Amino acid sequence: MITGKAIKFGDNIDTDVILPGKHLVLTDPVELAKHAMAGLDPTFPQKAQNGAVIAAGRNFGCGSSREQAPIALKHAGVKCVLAESFARIFYRNAINIGLPVLECPGVSSKVGDGDELAVNLEAGMIENRSKNSTFQATKLPAFIMEILNDGGLIEHLRKNLK
Amino acid sequence: MNITEKILAKTSGKKEVSPEEIVEAKVDMAMMHDLTGPLTVESFQKIGVKKVWNNKRIVIILDHQVPAESVRSAELHEMMRNFAKEQQIDNFYDVGKGGICHQVMPEKGYVRPGNLIVGADSHTCTYGALGAFATGIGSTEMAAVLTTGTLWFKVPSVIKISIAGSFQKFVTPKDLILHIIGQMKADGAIYKGVEFAGPTVRNMSVDGRLTMCNMVVEMGAKNGIIEPDETTLNYVKSRTNEPFNSVKSDSDATYEDVLNLDITDLEPQVSCSPSVDNVKPISELEEVSIDQAFLGSCTNGRLEDLRLAAEVMKGRKIKEGVRMIVIPASQEVYHQALREELFEIFAKAGAYVSSSTCGPCLGGHMGLLAPGEICISASNRNFIGRMGSPKAHVYLASPITVAASALTGKITDPRSLED
Repeated sequence: MITGKAIKFGDNIDTDVILPGKHLVLTDPVELAKHAMAGLDPTFPQKAQNGAVIAAGRNFGCGSSREQAPIALKHAGVKCVLAESFARIFYRNAINIGLPVLECPGVSSKVGDGDELAVNLEAGMIENRSKNSTFQATKLPAFIMEILNDGGLIEHLRKNLK
Repeated sequence: MNITEKILAKTSGKKEVSPEEIVEAKVDMAMMHDLTGPLTVESFQKIGVKKVWNNKRIVIILDHQVPAESVRSAELHEMMRNFAKEQQIDNFYDVGKGGICHQVMPEKGYVRPGNLIVGADSHTCTYGALGAFATGIGSTEMAAVLTTGTLWFKVPSVIKISIAGSFQKFVTPKDLILHIIGQMKADGAIYKGVEFAGPTVRNMSVDGRLTMCNMVVEMGAKNGIIEPDETTLNYVKSRTNEPFNSVKSDSDATYEDVLNLDITDLEPQVSCSPSVDNVKPISELEEVSIDQAFLGSCTNGRLEDLRLAAEVMKGRKIKEGVRMIVIPASQEVYHQALREELFEIFAKAGAYVSSSTCGPCLGGHMGLLAPGEICISASNRNFIGRMGSPKAHVYLASPITVAASALTGKITDPRSLED
């Protein structure tokens, strides 16, 4: 079970605001994390550091293919991203680096900023403990759950290439 | 099947595929650059395989932080150079040798009809202009491709956009794709394929087709694609001797949607800050003064783009207080523009002209914006902070509109400059 406080964002959050281009020369996840969401909210790393769940609108992670974007979010303390929909490259990148993402229609209206959330990835169920409600996200296919359970694509490949 | 389905079926060894199906497909070509390559190399090393799956099918192009603007970038370039050497990847383009990856790939004949191409860059979708299935992936996935030569894909449902009519003077494929994105919106084609068809596309040059397919990712699309025709084959055959099998959509192919568009009345379009889908016909724009004009990028730094801008700028001066940056999409474009004396026109007008690099498009270097500044750009994204300060504003338009605006100091309909 993943638990954390919700941090809300709107529609079409692009990877340029998640991790601005000038930081792309960084490869160290800890350094990248310092600039997570720098384009929208420079205080984001402080807000997320004790564990957060992003609840966003449509097309989260659109734009550039930079994997540095999900890496920055993960290492800033984001445990899971819930969104109405995702841009496809961000979606794949997040899974590949071991950051769970769930497509979750209606999440924008069901979650408020700061709500305590508990996410059951296997079942695709989200519990909003602040509002005493539960709702269903689109379940992840088995092969994606397997990559996440292995800790990301690298670990998954290492296991399967043995 | 449509052309996207046919390529995914062929490369995954299936007779037929349909939307939503997940396939494991063989990759024909894989491309990475200096900002996505280093993470790929690190991931590849962690996977622990010694040799890449096929050193002939991998292309490495240094283009983003080029020439190195910092010691850190120089280190990343060195890392990529060493990797290419160690893995005997001859398709390596160093500073001054290639240019922007999405121009170099078609130019050097790495993009062939019917191929499946992945690139560690979101604008990899550009190559669909030559009838290939091409899409952007992340660095870790690229490491997986380097290891196995295969990747999983969900077969997308495809929207067909059929376009008829001729462009008015000074209206270009960039205006058309901006118009389409404005209609479809930023998530209008999310997870989907987009196939461009119709007489307007048939009459379009390769440069124009590349611009169209380049920007499909700005409406969320997985790939953009144009059926190969004589224009495609002439271009590809002049670039490579490698064999390929062209694929076309069946007459009974199915699409999620078919949109018909007539561009006879299309005027120049402007995508207004801060989102690509915030598109307006230029006549509906209020007066916008500019500080900088940028002509370049993988979207609009091609020869045709430079020629059109030069046509407008010949014998004229850039407005005082405005700076203009001109960057060709590749070194080949650079050489040809030099031969055609286009740089003479830009330089005399007061523009800064450089060799090929991604430059200011992604806010990497060479022409970043200060808070409050406004830039009109021929590139592809105007997100907050994209070209520098999060308090700067970027407007996207065609190369001709960028040129016209540089001359007047405000966003200008190029048709108004006609004598």
